[in-house]
Amino acid sequence: MSDVRPRIRLPRSAKAGDVVEVKTLISHNMETGLRRDGAGEIIPRQIINRFTCEYAGQQVIDMELHPAISANPYVEFDVKVEGSGDFVFTWYDDNGEVYTETQSFEVG
Amino acid sequence: MLTRRDTMAIGLGAAALTLVPGMASASAVDEAIAAFTGGASVSEGGVTITAPEIAENGNTVPVEVDAPGAASILILAAGNPTPGVATFNFSEGAGSQRAATRIRLGGTQDVVAVAKMPDGSFKQAALEVKVTIGGCGG
Repeated sequence: MSDVRPRIRLPRSAKAGDVVEVKTLISHNMETGLRRDGAGEIIPRQIINRFTCEYAGQQVIDMELHPAISANPYVEFDVKVEGSGDFVFTWYDDNGEVYTETQSFEVG
Repeated sequence: MLTRRDTMAIGLGAAALTLVPGMASASAVDEAIAAFTGGASVSEGGVTITAPEIAENGNTVPVEVDAPGAASILILAAGNPTPGVATFNFSEGAGSQRAATRIRLGGTQDVVAVAKMPDGSFKQAALEVKVTIGGCGG
């Protein structure tokens, strides 16, 4: 899929020790494998099956996704930030592709 | 000879049968929970599910789960063709054991959340979501 595009929303600022809310979305059809095309053939399943986030080298969340997750999967969660660092977001596609987005975050 | 009543009964039976393949059976939900818990007993409470009481569009229903202190939270949709929705595994960098996402619901049904606690115990909650337009495509 060429139109896969991740989007991340982080707070503008945070102090050391704060818990920040992270919102992520990636454009993806999340084809369930249950639908049929015009010719009556099953459209093969192709979903994002795993999403992970780490911050400053530390694992935050590891999510397993099934076809019941909506198209353009949205995930919101909380991260404890002790200091500045990089957010690394990774999405794993059924077709073997891996999409990664990195964003640095200032804590001050 | 087929009476009018027999014909009605056959029709109803056929309607019931055609409904079944689209729904996860209760045992599929039990199996999914058992696969997550390894057969351990599950207590009620300690998990909060937040979702709209009525979802107009089953294609995208916002759902949030919160289980303070949990290591993992499993989400199941009891009335979908397969019950699995998502599993969140929280690590040391997590600021809470809360996560929100958007899910597909094929019709009115219970959303079930099971939390695995660090001591190996399990907690469970369920919340009914009424769906006006189902979200399983097809």
